[in-house]
Amino acid sequence: MKTKFLHVHRLRRVYVWELPVRYYHWLNALAIIVLIITGFFIANPLAIQSHQEAANQFTMGWVRVAHFIASYIFFFNFLFRIYWGFVGNKYANWNQFIPTSKKFFREMWHVFKIDILMMRGKEHISIGHNAMAGFIYFFTFLAFLVQCLTGFGLYASMSTWWLPKLFAWVPFMFGGDSFIRTVHHWSMWFFILFAVIHVYLVFYHDYVEGRGEISSMGGGWKFIEEEVFQNEEHHTPNEPKNKA
Amino acid sequence: MSNELVPMKQPTYYEEVERKGYSRRDFLQFVSMMTAFIGLENSAMGQVAKALETQPRLPVIWLHFQECTCCSESFIRSSHPIVADILLDKISLDYTETLMAASGFQAEKCLQDTMTKYKGKYILCVEGSVPMGADGVYCMIGGKTSLQILEEAAENAQAIIAWGSCASNGCVQSAKPNPTKATPIHKLVKGKPVIKVPGCPPIGEVMAGVIVHLLTFGRIPELDKLGRPKAFYSKRVHDTCYRRPFYDAGLYVETFDDENARKGYCLYKVGCKGPSTYNACGVMKWNNGTSFPIQSGHPCIGCSEENYWDNGRLYERGSSFAGFGIEANADTVGKVALGVTAAALAGHAVMTNVRKKKLILGLEEEGKQSEHELKS
Repeated sequence: MKTKFLHVHRLRRVYVWELPVRYYHWLNALAIIVLIITGFFIANPLAIQSHQEAANQFTMGWVRVAHFIASYIFFFNFLFRIYWGFVGNKYANWNQFIPTSKKFFREMWHVFKIDILMMRGKEHISIGHNAMAGFIYFFTFLAFLVQCLTGFGLYASMSTWWLPKLFAWVPFMFGGDSFIRTVHHWSMWFFILFAVIHVYLVFYHDYVEGRGEISSMGGGWKFIEEEVFQNEEHHTPNEPKNKA
Repeated sequence: MSNELVPMKQPTYYEEVERKGYSRRDFLQFVSMMTAFIGLENSAMGQVAKALETQPRLPVIWLHFQECTCCSESFIRSSHPIVADILLDKISLDYTETLMAASGFQAEKCLQDTMTKYKGKYILCVEGSVPMGADGVYCMIGGKTSLQILEEAAENAQAIIAWGSCASNGCVQSAKPNPTKATPIHKLVKGKPVIKVPGCPPIGEVMAGVIVHLLTFGRIPELDKLGRPKAFYSKRVHDTCYRRPFYDAGLYVETFDDENARKGYCLYKVGCKGPSTYNACGVMKWNNGTSFPIQSGHPCIGCSEENYWDNGRLYERGSSFAGFGIEANADTVGKVALGVTAAALAGHAVMTNVRKKKLILGLEEEGKQSEHELKS
């Protein structure tokens, strides 16, 4: 007769990422990928040899159309996520991203020690975002804002719709399209670096924690050990405010 | 009489036109051209003609500070001779260092007389930036600094026009590190609207158009948020460029002497700043509508945009910040950052397996145990 392994954990299913958050995440990822690829092309188009008349071709035109469609998706998706930060579950709440307490910074320091410096200590058990991740997402939101302002600022003069026209002040404010374009281009690299680190860390957490980090953005579930659940050992960057 | 230099009763523009020997037909050609340039309907031609027939010519003071006089040069090469003959000759009669006959004390007196005689009525045109460094010693005329002259002349001006990029945004002399602290005039003149007509130089017809608008309507033309007349600066050179179809098709000049350059493809990849430059070059062109830089195979350098000398290199798509130490290109910096990040992550992955070995083995052990216990 086999003996049961002593330390087998009972895992408890937690619904972390709601369906709208998952939709947001993947739509955002898709839009960013399209924006980066088309953005690179627009900044430095490939050398195309062609014997066709220019009138029969629209290569740059289509790339720009793709960029603009993706940017609208990105923009409205971003607005939706901000809205969801107020009505979604506790892991989607805005206070997971913006430090409003000392606890938030303590948590961040803890994550930094355990996950980045690889110091010995109590493992950090986060269910939603850990404090460090949350704070970095705050910067991604700022980067989103910069890209929306500069992108629509550049687009405003070509558009007849009132929405992009709302951004017409951006180039006026910062001394012309040329500078705005440069900022737009530099900021894009933040997204690339972020994506690389983000994907790596997802694998890292899945690997060392075994709580379903990778699949959580598919089904929405993470799994925590029953003891952790019972003893409330888990961490969140900010305690959710009690809603009246 | 002390005021003979500046006659009180000004002749109208039409009187001057007649006196110079132009026909009525020439005059009306000029009127229709100007009406089109300042973006008015055909029916407004009558209004423009009437203004030029009845309005006494505007007393104008045209000041030159830190500049190269390319604005004046451009103006006198305007496509219609009446522009140079009448608008410039006549408007600048009162005071302009470059073209007036008077010099020395006589010229200074002329300036003073115009300012007192036409208090609140004269148009002040400024060509050039004002050096603010070293108490303004870098540009002094008649013992006064540019700033003193500007402030004095601006006080009772009816309208102020900043001709060219120098007066509008500082142009090349205000490029980093701006040793003379060259300053555009809208930063120095307070409480008065400044019409900016940027460009290095601005198009002659644009300059004439601004003056005709002032004459016809007695008020300044509609300006955008930067103070530029909307009629000329609301479209990008890119949007009115005849090479735009090549841009959209994705056909570009790769180097200046390649096959694509001979075919007249878009100059985007050799640094054309048309997509970020607001001007009317593609429509009005230069030198009697002969050509403009892009038409002669050279990319737009964006001369009418603020900081165009500091916004990256002329023959590259700008993605570099000047003054970033060395001129750093976004993509070069990005690639290095990506390489460093990848190396750091690889290091982190190795360290994870070393430092968190127990944790990982525990999970593996747990998982394997369950696998063994499963019957199938």
